[in-house]
Amino acid sequence: MDARKQEVTAMVDKPAEEDAETDGGVRAYTVRLELVDEPGELLRTLEPIADNGGNLLSIHHERGNITPRGHIPVEVDLECPPERFDGIVDALRDAGVNVIQAGAEHYGEEVNVVLVGDLVENDLSDTLSRIEGEASAVVRDLSLSAPDGTEAVSSARIRLAIDSGRSDAALEAIRSIGSDKELTVVEPLLGGEA
Amino acid sequence: MRLAILGAGDVGRSVADLAGEYGHDVVALADSTTATVDPGGIDIDGALERKVGGDALGSSDHDAVFESDYDVLVEATPTTLDDAEPGFSHVKRALEADRHVVLANKGPVAERYEELRALEADSAGSIRFEATVGGAIPVLSTIEDSTPQAVTAVRGVLNGTANFILTRMAAEGLDYEHVLAEAQDLGVAEADPTFDVDGTDAALKFVILANVLADGGFALEDATVEGIQSIPGSALDLAAEDGRTIRLIGEATRDGVRVGPRLVPENGALAVTGTRNIVQIETRNAGSLHSSGRGAGGPETATAVLSDVGRLPPL
Repeated sequence: MDARKQEVTAMVDKPAEEDAETDGGVRAYTVRLELVDEPGELLRTLEPIADNGGNLLSIHHERGNITPRGHIPVEVDLECPPERFDGIVDALRDAGVNVIQAGAEHYGEEVNVVLVGDLVENDLSDTLSRIEGEASAVVRDLSLSAPDGTEAVSSARIRLAIDSGRSDAALEAIRSIGSDKELTVVEPLLGGEA
Repeated sequence: MRLAILGAGDVGRSVADLAGEYGHDVVALADSTTATVDPGGIDIDGALERKVGGDALGSSDHDAVFESDYDVLVEATPTTLDDAEPGFSHVKRALEADRHVVLANKGPVAERYEELRALEADSAGSIRFEATVGGAIPVLSTIEDSTPQAVTAVRGVLNGTANFILTRMAAEGLDYEHVLAEAQDLGVAEADPTFDVDGTDAALKFVILANVLADGGFALEDATVEGIQSIPGSALDLAAEDGRTIRLIGEATRDGVRVGPRLVPENGALAVTGTRNIVQIETRNAGSLHSSGRGAGGPETATAVLSDVGRLPPL
């Protein structure tokens, strides 16, 4: 282990308050991500960190340990001035990366659901607010495809943040909203090693 | 073993054709009207030629099959729902005569599992039904080898027609109706594809799996089933944006059966393409096992029937 790496390990191990107040006031952070198992995904993730003033310390890429949704958990240790950290997390999100945990903040699980039907005619914003209310989920992202116009059948992909361990209950609530509003709900397959 | 084969469709005919290769004799073969019976082994080529040529299969009455000197009844008549007749009565008759039964017909095992097991308990014969789930893929024998108690769930794609349609929709950006018409032209989908696309066919297979895991308790009416008819091409496009695709996935556990379109990783094991089938057997002590292969077809399904025949104890 080289000297630099030893220093880093020491920094991460120390409680946040008393760790390395170096000349620039840099702190170490751990960010947990979930990546799609595709070539280039990891590189795509690291760019926003470097571009926003983060210094990569280590990457733990758990390729053999797939999440219930078939994603690969990645743990990135980085250091940056505290005031830059939020910008890094935002840049990761803007790049479409699933950030599960950033520093002390925990976002639980992210789940994609595809809805099909007369989405727009059927008051899409009401559907979304019902999902947020009844499924205790936060809608992070929405992608709508209506190739035949908004009055015909359209599809929407919704990315939801759900508290850890609450996915099954949330999906059940979405199923019931779907049947109320005559929408087809295409859920992710959560069990097993897909 | 001496086989009596009921049903002269693709599967029944292929069993007759391949039986010799697996060391078995065919002493009777029947379709829904006539039968050909010969204790010394029937003339298989002649019977199949007559059947394919549109002539009567044989000169005996259909019931003569049960009077023949057979060890194993191969039940390969078309699958029927609810009371699963006439398949159920065929199995009953053979078990009451203390003979073995190997089923390719899903109806009796999905709809009347407990009754079959009760009849089997009173018989010197046994029942086996590998061919009812996943065609050539060894699904039930794998569960049997892992012991059903150690299997926590079975998931997968067990309908090739629906999988073909979803694969083509994703690859070509076409809508359901276009691809269905193409599948019918290619002979992948039947003229009436209802049971394939509405999930019924896959559901029957997962009901059978749940019955094996829980030792009975399930019929088709207990399954939650959704088909793929309402999935537009745009839904597959959106799924692809996130590295996913949509497949008609079934799940069987001791708690229930569910079949419906689900999001799965595009390059994951369950996203098989074309008419291919796959099952994922989730075990308590050994992680997940995946088996993939041809889930339908005459010779493919016949190999499952003949493997079952080979597993039967002597009477």
